[in-house]
Amino acid sequence: MINLFEVNETNKMIEQENLDVRTITIGISLLDCVDSDIDILCKNIHKKITTIAKDLVNVGNSIEKKYGIPIVNKRISVTPIGIVGSSACHSKEDFVLIAKTLDRCAHEIGINFIGGYSAVVSKGMTKADRFLIESIPTAMKETEFVCSSVNVGSTKTGINMDAVKLMGETIKDTALMTKENDSIGCAKLVVLCNAPDDNPFMAGAFHGVSEADAIINVGVSGPGVVRTAIKRAKEKDFGELCEIIKKTAFKITRVGQLVALEASKALNIPFGIIDLSLAPTPAVGDSIADCLQEMGLERVGAPGTTAALAILNDQVKKGGVMASSYVGGLSGAFIPVSEDQGMIDAVEAGSLTLEKLEAMTCVCSVGLDMIAIPGRTSAKTISGIIADEMAIGMINQKTTAVRIIPVEGKDEGEIVEFGGLLGYAPIMKVNEFSCDEFIDRGGRIPAPIHSFKN
Amino acid sequence: MEKAIITVVGKDQVGIIAKVCQFLAIKNINILDISQTILQGYFNMMMIVDVSVANEDFGVICDELDKMGEDIGVNIKLQHEEIFNKMHRI
Repeated sequence: MINLFEVNETNKMIEQENLDVRTITIGISLLDCVDSDIDILCKNIHKKITTIAKDLVNVGNSIEKKYGIPIVNKRISVTPIGIVGSSACHSKEDFVLIAKTLDRCAHEIGINFIGGYSAVVSKGMTKADRFLIESIPTAMKETEFVCSSVNVGSTKTGINMDAVKLMGETIKDTALMTKENDSIGCAKLVVLCNAPDDNPFMAGAFHGVSEADAIINVGVSGPGVVRTAIKRAKEKDFGELCEIIKKTAFKITRVGQLVALEASKALNIPFGIIDLSLAPTPAVGDSIADCLQEMGLERVGAPGTTAALAILNDQVKKGGVMASSYVGGLSGAFIPVSEDQGMIDAVEAGSLTLEKLEAMTCVCSVGLDMIAIPGRTSAKTISGIIADEMAIGMINQKTTAVRIIPVEGKDEGEIVEFGGLLGYAPIMKVNEFSCDEFIDRGGRIPAPIHSFKN
Repeated sequence: MEKAIITVVGKDQVGIIAKVCQFLAIKNINILDISQTILQGYFNMMMIVDVSVANEDFGVICDELDKMGEDIGVNIKLQHEEIFNKMHRI
């Protein structure tokens, strides 16, 4: 029988170490909403989403009560709109109508983000995909809850450099369109390589075409809990350190599994996967940077940082995999800058640079995340940053992403405030040497040799 | 049987258990086990209770216990047992 010690341990994790379930995300297929008339399409989308997900917030709240664990976000992901709208949308304005419909659904259901305003263009772009990408800046300006993502490469297909170039321009335009709010539109836009079909985390969530009609994916979290555990392993060798992280990850993930199954039953939607990502928040102590520093680094960014992150990422997976029947999504430690107080401090102290962050993304999910850069950074430089990150994903057969914010009117060293879960960030220095000619080549980077496994 | 765990943590004083037990009786919740310690003047109690025949919704009972805790000046939580089983038992 459960004893007082175990009960206290669990409740301490929740009350003092910010243990929570980060998100319950319902993935909804919109393929059966497709129509060649844009008004009918929007009507179908609205009806389907608001029918399937109508109880999401209530169910989330009641599970929260039942187990006494916070469920921070309730979200929805949908089939990439580039596919859904391909028959009905003949201009970028048509796509914006769908974005507004998604926004209205999110508002009515009471969720905080809806993902899937997306295009999967890893090898080539359809006309509709291009319209969708071109509509992103306006869509991000005119909606509040819609998240957008574009998959521009994969290990199997190589990298679509035309799309990489276009995304550099799209990110610049989005920043310009939302300049009154510190270019916040870019915080809801991510460029991916090897994007998973079942990711519950924003901004990259979409419901892939390989998925069922509706599915529940749950993202757990708990950097604060892992950090406290690492603290207990002070002066222990790496073997013991890894054991402690693994056991902690197991416990955290079991809570996610419990919540996922409960939500699946209550909503009558099948359970998909648990995403094992450690996701930080701006709350003090809920930080990946703190976990790494607790391992013995003075500051994140110091030599040893990549190794420490590799340990953390791998042990979290090893513990988590056993705790859940199905694992998927991104599953790895997130290293966003603006959403992690420890990362912000490291940037401000001069310890963490863009280049070090890039190195760190080789060993964890997901990539350059929530990084503010000077507004004067050119579209092509942004494309260059994207290309580097996509190459890391392609060659290492992992998901990588770029969510970067060229803040209009602000420069290196200034602070930009996004608010809420998105936090705030110091603007980071970008290497200013040109990559224009490289980006202007256009075309595709071929798939790497190790992708030919057949 | 549907088990839940009640925890009470706070500064020790007269009548904490009495108040909680009286409340549970009114809600038709049976107490299966109680364990309690006092650590440096702090009261630390855990009750295992059966909520299967409770006459009120689980969420409402949580809220009322929370409020009672506030009135007495301690922290009272009601949680379904499953979260602890899942976390601490393979």
